Amino acid sequence: MRFTAEHHAFRKVVRDVVEREIVPHVDQWERDGIFPAHELFPKLGEVGLLGLEYDPKWGGQGADHLFTVVACEEIARSGCGGVPMAIGVQTSMATPSLHEFGSDMLKERYLAPAIAGTMVTSIAVTEAGAGSDVRSLRTKAVRDGDEWVINGSKLYITNGTQADWICLLARTSEEGGYRGMSQILVPTDTPGFSVSRKLDKLGQRSSDTAELVFQDMRVPVDHTIGEIGRGFQQQMSQFVIERMFAAYGAVGSCRRALERTRDYLKQREAFGQPLMANQHIAYSMAELSAEIDLLQSHNYACAEAHMNGEDTTRYATVAKLTSGRLTRKVADLCMQYHGGIGYMEETWTSRYFRDSRLGSIGGGADEVMLQVLAKLDGFTA
Amino acid sequence: MNIVVLVKQVPDTWAERKLDATDKTLDRASVDVVMNEIDEYAVEEALRIQADQGGEVTIVSMAPDRGVETIRKALSMGADKAVHLSDPALHGSDAVQTSYALAKVLGTLEYDLVIAGSEATDSRMAIMTPLLAERLGQPQLSGARKVTVDGGTVRIERQTDNGYDVVEASTPAIVSVVEKINEPRYPSFKGIMAAKKKPLTTLTLADAGIEADRVGLASAPSQVVEFSNKPPRQAGQIVKDEGDGGVKVAEYLASQKLV
Ligand SMILES: Cc1cc2nc3c(=O)[nH]c(=O)nc-3n(C[C@H](O)[C@H](O)[C@H](O)COP(=O)(O)OP(=O)(O)OC[C@H]3O[C@@H](n4cnc5c(N)ncnc54)[C@H](O)[C@@H]3O)c2cc1C
Repeated sequence: MRFTAEHHAFRKVVRDVVEREIVPHVDQWERDGIFPAHELFPKLGEVGLLGLEYDPKWGGQGADHLFTVVACEEIARSGCGGVPMAIGVQTSMATPSLHEFGSDMLKERYLAPAIAGTMVTSIAVTEAGAGSDVRSLRTKAVRDGDEWVINGSKLYITNGTQADWICLLARTSEEGGYRGMSQILVPTDTPGFSVSRKLDKLGQRSSDTAELVFQDMRVPVDHTIGEIGRGFQQQMSQFVIERMFAAYGAVGSCRRALERTRDYLKQREAFGQPLMANQHIAYSMAELSAEIDLLQSHNYACAEAHMNGEDTTRYATVAKLTSGRLTRKVADLCMQYHGGIGYMEETWTSRYFRDSRLGSIGGGADEVMLQVLAKLDGFTA
Repeated sequence: MNIVVLVKQVPDTWAERKLDATDKTLDRASVDVVMNEIDEYAVEEALRIQADQGGEVTIVSMAPDRGVETIRKALSMGADKAVHLSDPALHGSDAVQTSYALAKVLGTLEYDLVIAGSEATDSRMAIMTPLLAERLGQPQLSGARKVTVDGGTVRIERQTDNGYDVVEASTPAIVSVVEKINEPRYPSFKGIMAAKKKPLTTLTLADAGIEADRVGLASAPSQVVEFSNKPPRQAGQIVKDEGDGGVKVAEYLASQKLV
């Protein structure tokens, strides 16, 4: 890849920011079940982390995509899955459609503050009855003059309790299926918007996850992102960016977990020698290290294709599938070789183990990736 | 207000730092290097004074080729330009020789203020600014936790054990800062990209008018005669509390002359 001295310099800055502004606070945030996005995001915004590839007109950096790769790999070294996921929502899940399809009015009012980190954002697609099957979603926006009147609810929404606006996917016609959906930008201070529950969950505990309810919520039609009726398609391309973020990050988190486990095994003795001297352990670590390399190479190929303007759906799908599975394997092995202490809450491995499980479920489950891939490759009857 | 900031590249504080067995100098090649931490505060302070008073901030660093990385970092924080003194003949220079070389470089520049960190994490001598002040015949204000510039006067709060002293001098002056002084900014993406295009002048000994026989290991006034690794830490003494734990701890502290 064409990493330059500037990419390396930026990597160091991101690592410093992560080590100073995130890592020292993670234990507290995990206990709190939330991290203070309105405190952290402006700091990230100042460094340029929240709008790397976005147009400088809106405060973006106009950076090439490799800076995003670098940022994802480093942010994933935060010592938890929750905060990186929340940052990812801001940079790669809730804002790409707005940047690509949104009007200048929307960008000025909502994208620029999101890039600066002064506004926190959410992506709201999933519903109780529509997760993997996005076509089944029922939240409805009915047009009344210049306004949408929105009713429905969304589930498992990251940043949901502290977002200033959400990128909502809703039905705007009766066509059904994937037709007739639109992406609507909803400010959370709109009357009729409420957070009905903050959800308790296995992992990613520093990230708040919410159920949102909309009751006769009126939003101007000019808050539609892109074209009315093209919401599903726009969301599908937004998902591709999201999956790339997840896969790039997995390399950073897996690599760091192996490094930490290696350091532990070098000093932990059993049977008169460090555990690391055990060949069975060494080889299984080496095997995972090789797999991380392969994922990274695949990620870089994906990044290059993206930079060449190619459709990266296939790359991103393979990357997301691979990264979810690999993260689980790495977390399981780190836990295993730490033994009892690894199972204790005081050791990082227990959080990592919990957090690692989401990758294969969120942002499109492994099976959904396989479904996409099977279709792309013609494994259909 | 033109300010020069002295910046040193040092081995990463977290890395295992070693001396090279062959010539007993610091092994800089085999470790990760970073900007000496306190120097980040020096750069930050210069940038804040500049924001208030205008002028230019120039980075000066004496370092092997690799020092460019650290200089670029200072530029990406916002400094305007840099001078890199780099010559193989400088290898092994001690503090006295380094101050001679840096004074020569400073002699080629016009400035009102030189700002430096109070010490470097590798040598920990905290002696560079006094040496420079002596050589340049300029006042030095050391250990600043606050700097204010008012026309031709620079005033600092010098950190002391139980408070601070206010010390003042006329410019040009040499100031060293401590970590209390500010919170250094992170270089931003834009800063990194801008740093690429900022002027960076590389000087050899000849360029800076430095006499070759006054620098380098062979002529260093101080010589490292011998070195050895720190002995491994001894296992601590465990006192089991059988009702007399407090007494035993007190006895131990007394035996170590700590109470
Ligand atoms: C912590 C967390 C944060 C989240 N954040 C957000 C967010 O910010 N915004 C948002 O919109 N959503 C969010 N989600 C929702 C997430 O994207 C969905 O949970 C995910 O898409 C799966 O949908 P589901 O939960 O409805 O599972 P279901 O669709 O009910 O699927 C259950 C399981 O069935 C299997 N399965 C599904 N489809 C197929 C198939 N075609 N073939 C074979 N097997 C299949 C898979 O194993 C899947 O895990 C979040 C979820 C979690 C847990």
